[in-house]
Amino acid sequence: MRKGIGAHWGVLPIALFLAAWEIIARLELIPGQLLFPPFSTVMWELIHLTEEGVLTDHLLRSGVRVLIGFCAGSVAGVAIGIVMGWNATMNRSLQPVFSLLYPIPALGWLPLLMIWVGIGEILPILIIFICSFFPILYNTVTGIRGVDRNFIKAAKTLGASDLRILSTVLLPIALPNIFTGLRLEAGMAWRVIIAAEMVAIPTGIGALMMKAESLLRIDIIIVCLVILSAICFSVERLFLYIEQRLTKEWR
Amino acid sequence: MPSIELKSVNNFACRDINMTVSDRELLVLLGPTGAGKTTLLNIISGLIKYEGSVLFDGLPMEGTPTNRRGVGYLFQDLVLFPHLTVSANITYGIRMQKWGAEAIDARLRELMDLMNIHHLAGRYPRYLSGGEKQRVALARAIAPYPRVLLLDEPFNNLDMRTTKYLRMEFRKILKELGLTAIFVTHNLPEAQEMADRIAVLDRGRLEQIGSPREIFFDLHGEGISDFLGSPNILECDRYRTLGNGLVTADCNGMEIIVPYEGSPVRKIAISPGDVYLSRSRPPGPHLNRFQGVISEVTLHGSVMRFTVRVGKRDIVAELPRDIAEAQDLRQGVDAFVILKLRCLRIL
Repeated sequence: MRKGIGAHWGVLPIALFLAAWEIIARLELIPGQLLFPPFSTVMWELIHLTEEGVLTDHLLRSGVRVLIGFCAGSVAGVAIGIVMGWNATMNRSLQPVFSLLYPIPALGWLPLLMIWVGIGEILPILIIFICSFFPILYNTVTGIRGVDRNFIKAAKTLGASDLRILSTVLLPIALPNIFTGLRLEAGMAWRVIIAAEMVAIPTGIGALMMKAESLLRIDIIIVCLVILSAICFSVERLFLYIEQRLTKEWR
Repeated sequence: MPSIELKSVNNFACRDINMTVSDRELLVLLGPTGAGKTTLLNIISGLIKYEGSVLFDGLPMEGTPTNRRGVGYLFQDLVLFPHLTVSANITYGIRMQKWGAEAIDARLRELMDLMNIHHLAGRYPRYLSGGEKQRVALARAIAPYPRVLLLDEPFNNLDMRTTKYLRMEFRKILKELGLTAIFVTHNLPEAQEMADRIAVLDRGRLEQIGSPREIFFDLHGEGISDFLGSPNILECDRYRTLGNGLVTADCNGMEIIVPYEGSPVRKIAISPGDVYLSRSRPPGPHLNRFQGVISEVTLHGSVMRFTVRVGKRDIVAELPRDIAEAQDLRQGVDAFVILKLRCLRIL
């Protein structure tokens, strides 16, 4: 109920913001008005680009890259994270290496990977993989290691084997932590793919924006920004929803 | 044959412990914090390393991991699984042991009857009260028919009234089910109320083992009696019954009203923790309260111990430090001694 009212009220400031944008642009209140299209023009361009299929094509390419890179990165991150969280020896041997690699910004790998794997479809997927893998690994390890050791003791006295303790106690209790990692990185993956496409890859939303820049198509640039805002927002919301569905009853 | 047997068990916290627990016995391990009580439970359940031998029904358990020892463990903070409902918590052990669905169902219903917790079945632990959590945790621990039930100060974080009720209820349930159990506490009255036998543990050593009566009258070791506080024992010359299950006893001039169960009254005992002190005259009739002078004050952790001179005898009282300090109770001042009726015991 409270959430409903909150969402309802959130619409008003957005409407005011869009109206102000439209009016300022229409009244040519800002010098160099050509560089500042009104909201309606942007929306027309959005429809136009979608009809032409340009937008959907680029969006699809970015989307597929994010999907593959993110899925692979999270599966690997969660899997290795579980092993490290579960096994102290594995944690001790892998953790120092990962803690050196983790702070490197995902985009920092770009020049290196451009040379190593070349400029193709593998490159952006690999970048997204790196960008998702480390934070999700980190969240999974801390999630599992953060589970109160007493739960393990209790499960042991109740007759659970090590593997069953992992699947029935450690993972379910660590799930909220793991999901926080997934949610944050799903949004981050989109930010990184745009940057990668701007710099190194000729297709995708990022590339479309750079092309629009060279043609002074400010309306197209803003269309892309609006789309990105919507995507990042909904992806994070989606993960939040799944996370709450999985844990809201007991948390 | 003893159900549980410890043979020269040693580790970082336990020194050469030899002890047996009989079948269906409720043994209370009593001792101050840091005495090694919990460590001993962890040794029996195989959760930590030790030297020596632990035998269940004559079989050495070394080499048998915790999950196959068949112990039920009620932890101090209960550790109910937060992500499982009450039903799923209770059946966790028997599901791990791969019982059939019907057997699991029947056992669950049986335990819910026993604990009176049917209405909690679908709830998650965070929505349970302290007492409800205790019952669920006990049901979970005994569901797989453990060979021995280990209880580690399970009533520690509860209020007095719930605790008193649960002590009786738990003892009744354990006796009904004929369970062999080891109950850990640092609370002498609790030990007295629950135990078939009491084992006193201090600094990793087993100091004494015996019936509650033996321990009550003859607690060995200065350190232990310091910690637990020996009871006040009042000898009485005459008594007359009042009806209503009460009796008035004359103890050297002190008229004390005591709950009465029919046996002759010669000695009356009350633990120092059950004696209350007040600087001002307490309201109400002047029964079971006596004016005296505080002759000695000592501090034991968060508890202050007062020796109060009443007539020709000393009565020892223990109060939480904050309460004692708030009342400005100190040596030399007058104070009223109040003996709590239901804590007085005829010996």
